[in-house]
Amino acid sequence: MKAKEFALKLGLTEEEFDRIQNGLGREPNETELGMFSVMWSEHCSYKNTRKELRKFPTTGPAVLVKAGEENAGVVDAGDGLALAFKIESHNHPSAVEPFQGAATGVGGILRDIFTMGARPVAFMDSLRFGRPDAPGEAGKRTRSLIHGVVAGISHYGNCVGVPTVGGELVFDPAYEGNPLVNVFCLGTLRHDQIRRGAAKGVGNPVFYVGAKTGRDGLAGAAFASRDLTEESKADRPAVQVGDPFVGKLLFEACLELYARPDLVVGVQDMGAAGLTCSTCETASRGGSGIEIELRKVPQRETGMTPFETLLSESQERMLIIVRKGRERELKEIFARWGLDAAEIGTVTDTGRVVVMEGGKVVADLPARMLADDAPVYERAAMTPAKLAEKQKYDLGKILPAQPRVKEDLLKLARSPATGSRRWVWNQYDHMVGLRTVVRPGSDAAVLRVEKPGGGWVRVAMTLDGNGRWCAQDPREGSKALVAEACRNLACAGAVPLGLTDNLNYGNPHDPELFWQLREGVEGMAEACRAFDLPVTGGNVSLYNQSPSGPIHPTPVVGVVGKVDEGVKLAPAVFSTGGGEVVLLGTTASGGLGASLYLQEVHGVIAGKLAAVDLVSEKKLHAVTRMVLAQPGVRAVHDVGEGGILWALAEMTFGEGSAGGEFRVPCGKERPEEALFGEGAGRILVELDETSMPTVENLAKEGGVELTHLGRTGGKDLQVTVHGAEMIWPVAELRDGFEKSLPKALGP
Amino acid sequence: MRFAVVQFPGSNCDQDCVHALRGLGQEARLVWHHETRLDPDEGVILPGGFSYGDYLRCGAIARFSPMMQSVKAAAERGQVVVGICNGFQILCEAGLLPGALTRNEGLHFRCEPSHLRVESPASRFTSGYGTGQMLRIPIAHGEGCYRAEPKVLEELEARQQILFRYCDAEGRVTAEANPNGSSHSIAGIRNQAGNVLGMMPHPERACEPEMGGLDGRGILLGAAGIGRSA
Repeated sequence: MKAKEFALKLGLTEEEFDRIQNGLGREPNETELGMFSVMWSEHCSYKNTRKELRKFPTTGPAVLVKAGEENAGVVDAGDGLALAFKIESHNHPSAVEPFQGAATGVGGILRDIFTMGARPVAFMDSLRFGRPDAPGEAGKRTRSLIHGVVAGISHYGNCVGVPTVGGELVFDPAYEGNPLVNVFCLGTLRHDQIRRGAAKGVGNPVFYVGAKTGRDGLAGAAFASRDLTEESKADRPAVQVGDPFVGKLLFEACLELYARPDLVVGVQDMGAAGLTCSTCETASRGGSGIEIELRKVPQRETGMTPFETLLSESQERMLIIVRKGRERELKEIFARWGLDAAEIGTVTDTGRVVVMEGGKVVADLPARMLADDAPVYERAAMTPAKLAEKQKYDLGKILPAQPRVKEDLLKLARSPATGSRRWVWNQYDHMVGLRTVVRPGSDAAVLRVEKPGGGWVRVAMTLDGNGRWCAQDPREGSKALVAEACRNLACAGAVPLGLTDNLNYGNPHDPELFWQLREGVEGMAEACRAFDLPVTGGNVSLYNQSPSGPIHPTPVVGVVGKVDEGVKLAPAVFSTGGGEVVLLGTTASGGLGASLYLQEVHGVIAGKLAAVDLVSEKKLHAVTRMVLAQPGVRAVHDVGEGGILWALAEMTFGEGSAGGEFRVPCGKERPEEALFGEGAGRILVELDETSMPTVENLAKEGGVELTHLGRTGGKDLQVTVHGAEMIWPVAELRDGFEKSLPKALGP
Repeated sequence: MRFAVVQFPGSNCDQDCVHALRGLGQEARLVWHHETRLDPDEGVILPGGFSYGDYLRCGAIARFSPMMQSVKAAAERGQVVVGICNGFQILCEAGLLPGALTRNEGLHFRCEPSHLRVESPASRFTSGYGTGQMLRIPIAHGEGCYRAEPKVLEELEARQQILFRYCDAEGRVTAEANPNGSSHSIAGIRNQAGNVLGMMPHPERACEPEMGGLDGRGILLGAAGIGRSA
């Protein structure tokens, strides 16, 4: 049973091996087993999560390409303009080789977008690490990971000339052994430019274009579908090496190629599972077959076996099928860009992927079986035994008898958890392309995008995740983060068009961890339905655990929207003073469950987030968009982590921003709850006094509560709660905010 | 005036330069690095980016491209040549400007608004500004630390070839306001003849209010021969 042993070594299970053998009616050879091992990995097949993913709403009037159909989803932005976007993880590669791991993550998502026919116009990144200020080796390792990952993203993104316009950077001990690196890319195209990854037309030539194939990234997809262990360092060869220069040439060449009428039949990038994935997926989608000759594949190393060539994840490669007789046009374009373009095979009608080496067949498999017939597992889910205990907490035991809000806010301001992310985004070119209207550091990034007929559309986007919320209550936490993402877009006056998700979870074979995933998916799905928001695709990353345990369950969502035409964008920071500040939405703080405040100030993660009222939330977003269309709006910012007090503090951190005097509503709760609670459904707006009647009226008509908090002015942040008045010099808070991250990370 | 914006493989601010020039009422065309033809009356822009992947050294390979031979000849004939960011690096490598650009002192890539002080309005590129005028123009580079022999720096100073220096928001030229460690806080210089400008900041990113300001317009208009009109 040598073949079976080899299959197990590749990570296939005994049942999967039997399924393959029965399906083929013969024993597969080693090359074929290699192909199955990557195509049937979680990374490529979603075999553990497919059942759950079906719970997402995926249709809607704006959806042009649905989730799962192609490399990335595409939505309609009106006027003939379409937006392609997707998020993808590179967690495991970044854990063992942070610079290249992150860089190739960027390169990979870039290819997913231009494969669709779109010009990539923006990146965002969601990054999670352990605490950089942790003592000893752990902190040192975390700092080096952060430096490596940020440098890798900067290296790739800057060089390809696509701005990195936003994202998040989160620290929590839960990610110490298993950092999360999720990268998002947005591209723009005309409706008629959408490309499909299908191999059609018997006899059409199959081209390999881009960089040469080497032994790097061998079976990376399978590597990503295992737990990280001490031995994972030995998997370094499974991490690919990226060349952004070639990446840039490749997408310019491809876009030039697509512009030729009727030339390109199908396109697929070679990402995870490389040549194997691109051939069997295009053949499966096209209902056709593909025959390729490995000797024709440009190689940069000698003596590569078929197994290695087929499983290599060398970067910056694409598979392109063109119309027969027009091969020369493709060759000319790629020669001009100095890239390899080799005709490696043809489209057939056999339904099979046939791989030859020197004319000898080395693999012959049904395309559909490889691409689509991976087993679908129903994983067991079980409510974690300790959940109820985790959700219970006694504030009386955590908080001091006498509130120490003044010290608390200073502590929060000096924490790397809340500090300005300028250190990160200054390393990313966030302006190249002349589209970035709202730069990093706001609630949502906004780009201006050329309409096909001329003029601009403003597109807003945000990435949000919150592992702490989800660890304490995966369902409500996931709902809350979708609500938060949409709220961020509302602060930019945008209507959400589509959502892409990256599901970062632990080992799916552990029922308690799988329960987190199922709850998370159901929570997100419920929120998406409430906001009429289709899920247009994404990525699943499981096995995120190290010897020290699993990560927090961490779904990350990227939401893209269109800014309403009449909206005047307002900054997230106060004016120089003299404005009225109101709270739109509920006055309920939501309490301190699962709050950043408890984690940062008191060192505990406890309780759970208050349930999100999705109906009120939606009304709030609609009213906010209308408010932004009125004259006299000076600033707008949502209340999120750190609660209303931190949101007010952040609004004073702008260049030239004033402080202000505010009264925060507080019921019977502790002042800490009123000030630092992270309940959803709240947006702060600063506006001219003269605009107040209009805004009050809009809120009333829209069914949204409006509460006057105070006025901006002066150099202090002054807050009254329960009759107690507290004052902080803005300069002192801002100093902590600006310096905490560089200080924690070192040079 | 018409400009030829040179596209090297890896250039990524080429389209931005074309957009900015056209927005200012100038003509602009893209020329591929393999081409050699430049019209005798057009200006040349070497845009930012990572030409040839910046392998070896920034700009080191670009200078051997066919188009750069034409650019050299055009510069010698007195045609206007502007190198921005990577373009400045190429001009130094090609010997059209003295000195070299090395890794930022802080080692990180930096993309942020920078304050510049106009050192001398006595050039075609700065004639729209006053001496000591403050400009806010973004930088975006990892290798923008200007270095030259002491003698070269002395000459640049004496001949007023230093057009822009990094400064703080109050216009003071200080070490803290120098984002990359450049000698003499140099952000941009011209050649002796006055027709070649190299600068690290991106004027094309400061030509529209929506993009964060208009301070870059004077430089591009100056290149086009349109000085202070009022």
